[in-house]
Amino acid sequence: MSPEIARLILQATVDTLYMVLVATALGTLLGLPLGVFLATSRRGELFSAPWLNAVLGFIVNATRSTPFIILVVAIIPFTRLVAGTSIGTTAAIVPLTVAATPFIARLIEAAVREVDQGLIEAARAMGASPLQIVAKVLVPEALPGIVLGLTLAVVSLIGYSAIVGVVGGGGLGDLGIRYGYQRFMPEVMGAVVVVLIVLVQGVQSLGDRLALRLNKRLRHA
Amino acid sequence: MTVNAHSPITADAAIPASAEEDAIIRFEGVAKSFPARKNSAAVHALAGIDLAVPRSSIVGVIGRSGAGKSTLIRLVNGLEKPTAGRVIVDGTDVTRLDERTLRSVRRSIGMVFQHFNLLSSRTVFDNVALPLEIAGTDRRTIEQRVNPLLELVGLADKRGRYPAELSGGQKQRVGIARALATQPKVLLSDEATSALDPETTRSILDLLATINRELGLTILLITHEMAVIRAIAQRVAVLDAGRIVEQGDVFDLFTRPQHETTRSFLAAESGRELPAFVASQIRPEPVPGGQVVVRIVFRGPFATHPVLSQLARELGIDVNILGGAVDSIAGRPFGTLIVGLPNNGSSLDKALAFLKARDLDTEVLGHVA
Repeated sequence: MSPEIARLILQATVDTLYMVLVATALGTLLGLPLGVFLATSRRGELFSAPWLNAVLGFIVNATRSTPFIILVVAIIPFTRLVAGTSIGTTAAIVPLTVAATPFIARLIEAAVREVDQGLIEAARAMGASPLQIVAKVLVPEALPGIVLGLTLAVVSLIGYSAIVGVVGGGGLGDLGIRYGYQRFMPEVMGAVVVVLIVLVQGVQSLGDRLALRLNKRLRHA
Repeated sequence: MTVNAHSPITADAAIPASAEEDAIIRFEGVAKSFPARKNSAAVHALAGIDLAVPRSSIVGVIGRSGAGKSTLIRLVNGLEKPTAGRVIVDGTDVTRLDERTLRSVRRSIGMVFQHFNLLSSRTVFDNVALPLEIAGTDRRTIEQRVNPLLELVGLADKRGRYPAELSGGQKQRVGIARALATQPKVLLSDEATSALDPETTRSILDLLATINRELGLTILLITHEMAVIRAIAQRVAVLDAGRIVEQGDVFDLFTRPQHETTRSFLAAESGRELPAFVASQIRPEPVPGGQVVVRIVFRGPFATHPVLSQLARELGIDVNILGGAVDSIAGRPFGTLIVGLPNNGSSLDKALAFLKARDLDTEVLGHVA
């Protein structure tokens, strides 16, 4: 493999990590409150707002059921509005974030719903406000599950990031298509696949280890 | 904000203290129904509840599951709202408070739970500190408050452990320390020992009794076990299908139960249970030439008097002792005897009159050959 190709692969890896990590960070920033709200706003729950819950739930489902490649194309005007352009690595962060947010919200919702209702009751009995219950009980208790969910989200986004190559998004997927497929360079394709496998493995085992460390339920006397 | 300040009393919620009894918790004509839903009819969880909890006492509410105990105890800290009536806690009608005011009132009411409800992500220390953090207490005060509480419940050496590393009894001790952190006026105990084995139950009840005695803390507890009531309560209310069917002094209730539900709760208590050989033969109709089975309850000073030998001597009636026990509740002795008396009208009536004259309670249970 020539040094130029190696440099291309390195650059593509950096681009992929950049897109995925920024999209995950933004997706978490938006998805965390959304997920917590979805988990606590059915009738009779902490922030009881069944109507808003239903509407947000519908939007989340609609976004998640749109195939990512169609989402990327469909929101090009929005991407241009936010990023100033619809082409390039930075622009690709916009559709990635739009896809990541509802996904992360659902994962966080599931993790928060796992928290024992008895803990919410205990916190209420102590005189905690709903926001205190979220900050001091729900999120800390759901944290191991949230970390596992975010790990899953990062792995999925690494996959999604390969698709944004289609609209000039750059990154490993783009490199694989342009060099490996269109220029008949199977060794580039092979290298891209290997790097992706290593990335996913690394992210997964990092997430698993962090979740395990945060989970105090598994300790025994 | 100080955490042990008196609960704010809004002008219209203030209730003048009752002159005849200093009750820290008072239920007045309380009812609670849950509205009908798509696939369930309306549920009347509580009706016509009148109950007073004297300051610094331990009051128990006993009932089977579904009797409304959980709803009743949750009315005290406003986790449930009644559909009618008032719940007055230390002079404040908590049913009329808005959520915000209610939150500060809750800081003066501790609560312990059947399943402990500890945060798995927090250490023992941090679990006990949680109510103080919620109240906005500074870290120094939290240290000063939590450490003595861990000493009190005997877990000072476990402060850095997580709940998963503790036994059930230790978890409940953390729960109790947590409930005391804000120096409450009232402690609510929601089946606190129901998930524990008998020995651990004993030690947790001892701890609650100690707290009541040394801190003068009022405890309202709910349970389905008479043994819990007997061990620590001074007053008791029996709840059945959402109504209080009997209430009063624990000693009176144990020795003179009036209601069928109360009797069934007492059935397994010492001296009240029929010996197996009697239980298998007893029948409701008289047996010719047989005996009448009578339960005699001795209360207070009579518990140690030789009444039966007097009965035999003075009336010449043979008394056949079938079973019994002498025990004490809250330091007051009482005895229960199950005896067989000859089944001929006149001597049975004389015997019952003799016992009644000595202020003993008798109850004809049935007949045996």
